[in-house]
Amino acid sequence: MASLLHLLILLPLLAAVAVLLGAAPRRTALGAALATLVLSLVLAYSYDRAVGGFQFMSSLQVLPAMDLKYFLGCDGLNLMLLLLTAIVSVAAVCAVHRDVENPRMFYASLLFIAAGAFGAFASLDIFFFYIFHELALVPTFLLIGIWGGRDRHVAAWKITIYLALGSFILLLGLLGLYWNLPVAERTFDMTKLLALAEAGPLFAPDAQTWVYLLLLVGFGILISLFPFHSWAPDAYAAAPVPAAMLHAGVLKKFGLYGLIRIAQPLLPQGAEYWTTLLLVLLVGNILYVGFVTLAQQSLEKTLGYSSVMHMGYIFLGIAAFNVTSVAGASMLLFAHGLSIALLFALAGEIRRRTGSLFYADLGGLAKSAPALGFLFGLASFASIGLPGFANFSAEILVFFGAFDRGQVIGGFNQFQIATTCALWGVVLSAVYMLRAFRNIFMGETTNRCSGVRDLSGNDRWSLYLLAAGLVLIGFMPNLLLDLISTGLQSF
Amino acid sequence: MNNLPWVILFTPLAAAVVVHLFTNSSRQLSAMVSVAACAIAFICSLMVFATEAATAPLLPWIQIGGFSITFGATIDDFSRTMLLVVTGIGLLIHIYSLGYMKEDAGKSRYFASLSLFMFSMLGIVLADNFIMMFVFWELVGISSYLLIGHWFERPAAADAAKKAFLVNRIGDFGFMLGILMVWLAAGTFVFAEIPEALAAADVTPLYLATATLLVFCGALGKSAQFPLHVWLPDAMEGPTPVSALIHAATMVAAGVYMLVRILFLIESAPTAQEVIGWIGIITAVLAALMATQQSDIKRILAYSTLSQLGYMVMAVGLTAGSAAMFHLFTHAFFKALLFLGAGSIIHGLHHEQNIWNMGGLKNKLPITFITFTVGTLALTGFPYLFSGFYSKDAILAVAYEHNGAMFGLAVFTAFLTSFYMFRLFLVVFLGKPRTDSARHGHESPGVMTFPLIVLAVLSIIAGFPFFIHRFFDVTHAAIPAIVPVLAIGGFLLGAVVAFLLYRNREKDPVFIPLLANRFYIDEIYAAVLLRLQALLSGLLAWFDRWILDGLFVRGGASLTWGTGYVMRFLQVGNLQAYAFLFGLGIVAVLYFTLFS
Repeated sequence: MASLLHLLILLPLLAAVAVLLGAAPRRTALGAALATLVLSLVLAYSYDRAVGGFQFMSSLQVLPAMDLKYFLGCDGLNLMLLLLTAIVSVAAVCAVHRDVENPRMFYASLLFIAAGAFGAFASLDIFFFYIFHELALVPTFLLIGIWGGRDRHVAAWKITIYLALGSFILLLGLLGLYWNLPVAERTFDMTKLLALAEAGPLFAPDAQTWVYLLLLVGFGILISLFPFHSWAPDAYAAAPVPAAMLHAGVLKKFGLYGLIRIAQPLLPQGAEYWTTLLLVLLVGNILYVGFVTLAQQSLEKTLGYSSVMHMGYIFLGIAAFNVTSVAGASMLLFAHGLSIALLFALAGEIRRRTGSLFYADLGGLAKSAPALGFLFGLASFASIGLPGFANFSAEILVFFGAFDRGQVIGGFNQFQIATTCALWGVVLSAVYMLRAFRNIFMGETTNRCSGVRDLSGNDRWSLYLLAAGLVLIGFMPNLLLDLISTGLQSF
Repeated sequence: MNNLPWVILFTPLAAAVVVHLFTNSSRQLSAMVSVAACAIAFICSLMVFATEAATAPLLPWIQIGGFSITFGATIDDFSRTMLLVVTGIGLLIHIYSLGYMKEDAGKSRYFASLSLFMFSMLGIVLADNFIMMFVFWELVGISSYLLIGHWFERPAAADAAKKAFLVNRIGDFGFMLGILMVWLAAGTFVFAEIPEALAAADVTPLYLATATLLVFCGALGKSAQFPLHVWLPDAMEGPTPVSALIHAATMVAAGVYMLVRILFLIESAPTAQEVIGWIGIITAVLAALMATQQSDIKRILAYSTLSQLGYMVMAVGLTAGSAAMFHLFTHAFFKALLFLGAGSIIHGLHHEQNIWNMGGLKNKLPITFITFTVGTLALTGFPYLFSGFYSKDAILAVAYEHNGAMFGLAVFTAFLTSFYMFRLFLVVFLGKPRTDSARHGHESPGVMTFPLIVLAVLSIIAGFPFFIHRFFDVTHAAIPAIVPVLAIGGFLLGAVVAFLLYRNREKDPVFIPLLANRFYIDEIYAAVLLRLQALLSGLLAWFDRWILDGLFVRGGASLTWGTGYVMRFLQVGNLQAYAFLFGLGIVAVLYFTLFS
């Protein structure tokens, strides 16, 4: 079974090489993506929930002196992320425009991103966890810079510098974590570190404070934590659709996963120290960015900002850090990944048909493209957190978890105030998503929207795959929670 | 244990799914699936009504650590009655829709949404805990959105759907916060367990009142109470059967139903009672005043619904849950009847909704005329014969007992109700036809008049002692004599004034701009709230673009990296080179940190 994890990373890499060497690009990429989906389903199925903890572990010593090794393994938490990566990869490959320029490079880049994401999520060694993410970022920059739309150079430049800075700060934080350990205990092995942290503080509170801050800012930049978010809307607006799907849906979850797996459990005292700061910033994500989203005049920008805004809810679950809120945050990683990928894919379909994503140009599209309208409505409902979709089940756990933190009855504590702000954010996201739906699909049909082709069966199935995931988990959240809870046994 | 409640709940959902996935192309088949599902739900509801003790197995939904959410069914007198009302009226309206929506291109979509609505509404009725209530609460919001916006090409319908959803969302913000507060104090969200848990917990009265009022915000939105009432009149852009089912008989009553479910909370918070009672009666009076000057037949009925819901909310505020539920029960029948009657007129007059373009319809639409008369008399409270009289008296009696000012306003509302309904009645049915469409009006087909007849019968018998005893132990005779006397006085006065003013009129002899423009509340909201929101979001967007991104990020980046250095890459467009350098830089950093 452990070899399946290796295969999960190798398959997309091999497929990428094959595509570059001359294999049929789309078919190879899709085949590889589907294979990873099957593999991750097999892994999820064979993971022993009764036992829990890390399973399928295998390692290869790289630098024994520093206890650095190529070490794969997973519990329910990263297993869920592998599953998410596989689903979104399939949808992203399907979303590639059929007459894209230089298809070999394009598909190969997508496969590299997928391999990087699989590697980052499957690694139990912090060094490789980091390196795999870097591996995935480079093709993302290339996709935006080469195949992007309007303003692609500025956007690519901005995201590259910004994320490079974030990665650098993160690297300093991770190294800080390593150097602060007592010499005998220095390791990059997450399982050892987690066990150590459970036994007692890893190191002095002062050191925890600054290392945590580096990790928070580093991860935060990668996740578009307010006020480090301004790379995201521009990058997503300029990015080719599959790149936006993979980055917003999967790659961005790297930072959140890092906070859940590394920063919070390993440095609880550091986390405690910066709690108020994080709460203020995440409220910025929700309310400030929420209001900015309201002012956007095009769907691409609305979606870009909304994906920044929704990070706020996940941060809230992480900040509160009890079993309910972290379970909610983890499930929200999954739910948001699917819903934002679906929305970006649909935006691509709309642009392909009408040539514009500006609200002023659009209207009445549901008349000629009812299936497109139905799916967009579904995705909008999911993204604004209505029941029946995974996002709701996740958000409600975040709200209950965060509201329960540091219980006082009488006055509101900081967690309860942040939760209240987050609840108002739910109103804001309804405003901008319904406005988008109203302006694009309802009302009188504009010239650009009349007589367009509806989604054909070929465009549709991968989108339905994303939608089905959202609905399935919405109705039966326990399917995912059973898996996630195995990763939260330390609570 | 018995699974019937879950059969009732999930059959309509199954119908919605089947229609959407399989029968979308056949409009006739879709309608049949949907009607059949509703009929099954109705029969099962009858069975639940007949059996005394019925509990349903719990359905687990979320389970993580010590936190779990299960769905359970509350089966008591209120929910049994509500199940019957929802499925019964629902079935009649499904049948009526077969006629009304016969030619509609989106008929499959319509029936799928209708089934989705039935599922959501029945979930609210059965909910045994706050979360389940909230889940279905949001789902009725979705189905209401879909149905108001059914004719989505019409800008007015599209805007109305959005408005309805967003106004409700604002109410639900408070609702969810209230739920969180109650849960924090009680440690549970199961209705049956909260009272005991709260009694054991150490909670201040202020906390309790705040939580109760926040929960009440949900009802404020759903039952369209002032100041969140603005969505309901606009919701009349939806197909008329929808207005009858959702925006008159059932969904808007969900707010009242929810309040009755949590009456224990309201009873424990006197401050909240006061606020709820006053909001109810203020809505009742304001909406009745607005109704007197409208000319769209559906809007008049919509304001009337607001006003009657205000009565019920006031009763809840006076902790008289039974009176509120009884009025909810009777109102569901006669208001659905009135809306369907209006639909029959609109259908017969080819989509004419302005009452001043009607007139003399008494002979053209005889069945509609007779049944509409029954509905009017029931709503206005014609003494002793119609159900509305009994339920309104029950509420007036409560007000009389507790609060003189509220009682006075409630009687005044009764007068206004009688006035605007007879105005409508006289202008639409009596006199001479004023337009061609009124002259050529025709009666609706049997599939539409049959539900009218059934509802007319129900509007009468719903006031019979058999039904009254499902809500109260005492009979009408126990009410102090002054209450029916004043109520009948208000009824007569309203009828007489309407008769004097509106008999044989060609156009409205009265024009009060303040009332015709609904106290300018919509305009004030548009001017203040929407503009404020636009201003704030515009300002922040500008700040984000030009200050945060422009100055700090780009400026900061320029300073750190050196403008020329960055710009060179930008101008050469040599991104690959940059990405390569970026990777190289990381490797270099790693190398020096690890190995030096």
